[in-house]
Amino acid sequence: MDYAVHILTMIAITGIAAVSLNLLIGETGLVSVAQAAFAGIGAYGMTLLMLHAGIPFLAAALFSALIAGAIALIIGAIFLSLREVYYVFGTVGLNMIVWAILLNWDSLTRGPLGIPGITRPEVLGISFADNTAFLILCAVVLLAVFAAHYAIMKSNFGRVLHAVREDEEAIAVLGYKTEVYKIVIFVISAALVAFSGSLYATYLSYINPSAFTVNDSIFILAIVILGGLGSAYGAIVGTCMLVGAFEALRFIGFPASIAGDMRQVFYGLILILFMLYLPRGLFGKFRI
Amino acid sequence: MTALVTRKLEKRFLGVHAVDHVDIACKDGSITALVGPNGSGKTTLINTITGILPMDGGEIRVGERTLTRVRPTDAAGLGIARTFQNTRLIGQMSVLDNILLALTERSVWRALFERQGQSHLDAAEAVLRRVGLSEKRHANAEELSYGQRKLLEIARALSMRSRIYFFDEPFAGLFPEMRKVVAEILRELRAGGAAVVLVEHDMDLIRDLADFCYVLDSGKVIAEGTPEQVLKEPHVIEAYLGK
Repeated sequence: MDYAVHILTMIAITGIAAVSLNLLIGETGLVSVAQAAFAGIGAYGMTLLMLHAGIPFLAAALFSALIAGAIALIIGAIFLSLREVYYVFGTVGLNMIVWAILLNWDSLTRGPLGIPGITRPEVLGISFADNTAFLILCAVVLLAVFAAHYAIMKSNFGRVLHAVREDEEAIAVLGYKTEVYKIVIFVISAALVAFSGSLYATYLSYINPSAFTVNDSIFILAIVILGGLGSAYGAIVGTCMLVGAFEALRFIGFPASIAGDMRQVFYGLILILFMLYLPRGLFGKFRI
Repeated sequence: MTALVTRKLEKRFLGVHAVDHVDIACKDGSITALVGPNGSGKTTLINTITGILPMDGGEIRVGERTLTRVRPTDAAGLGIARTFQNTRLIGQMSVLDNILLALTERSVWRALFERQGQSHLDAAEAVLRRVGLSEKRHANAEELSYGQRKLLEIARALSMRSRIYFFDEPFAGLFPEMRKVVAEILRELRAGGAAVVLVEHDMDLIRDLADFCYVLDSGKVIAEGTPEQVLKEPHVIEAYLGK
């Protein structure tokens, strides 16, 4: 039972990151490989605020989401001139820089040692120390993010994002400052994924930089692509599939010495098969 | 009153003048035709005026404003709406949503917290009825025929309620009945006081619709005047027919 709760909790936390990334890549066509960086900013921001400033979880998580959003605002403005693959590599570079800062700023982050002792949250007087209660909290946040995704895409703003994905220049001729729309959705996505980072930190009660690498961003990207671009529902199903399938591999009985590598092989194989036979993913509206 | 003027407008590609010191003027309440053989620079001229291509020299005057640089996003603010020679609709979006893009709020913050109002929907329905696409309102733009996509793009331009309209070969691929509708739309815009710029190859349509005509060849204006005047000129006939 505890194991199932753990898997579902990881699915909910990763799902928040995936749905927030879908706003960028799926709906707007901005392929970002920096979600783990913003999750890291959220996780470390929340942790430092909780441990050193004594700020309660919710306020700390919201404030660190704001910090992530502010950083995304600056980065988004810098990346405005980048197109397609250059934008992708820009975000890769961002993730590498954030990871390097987390790893090397020992006095603040304790570097590779990470930060232990992060307590489970208490929100509005309700304790989420219990694993099942914490799963409910994560599920509620995931639902809220899902609802926010829906509301954004049903708004006039969402319509413009769709248009930006297909033909940014044509929509600019209609008078839309498309660069502002792209920055705003980058900021929203960063803030949402930062919140998932806060949940991750408080769930495991320990964080270190190895959880926020480019590989982790690629993992979230793969989830969104496999679930299907432009589908928040697909992002959640993709999360269940990849997180769940990885866990299922534990029961196949690979020798311990190769189990980790086999998971990577399996992960790669899924990606290749999907790209070959289902390039739109499970519920995708669009191709990359 | 003159709505738009270009002065010595230039656009070069690797040293080749695609638009070569072009001077044109478009008046309110008139239809100005741009004619010329393929590759003469008509579309490049429109793309330069609307900011799709950055200008390399000269200036554009729109109303009281004189510009030496126009970005695509500036066009709408200058009161310019346009269609494209090869339609540039949002293919994976419904016909209705393509129109709503032209009707709804441009401001990011209002767009984020608002959905289209009933007035937007009514306006979209009206313009779709005008071009005969009401029944296709929920179809994706990419599912339309070539002619229907042309009509949808015209409808989108109309929804901008602009002062100046550029129509790049709007009659191409249309059935005769729809050509009549588009011609009627252009006349209505003129009657409403708009400055209409029309790129077209069909000389009968030019004679029928245009009040003034510029003939382009190799990026230069080689003749200007009423259609009847310029289309008789020997060097215009030579540029067109290669005689």
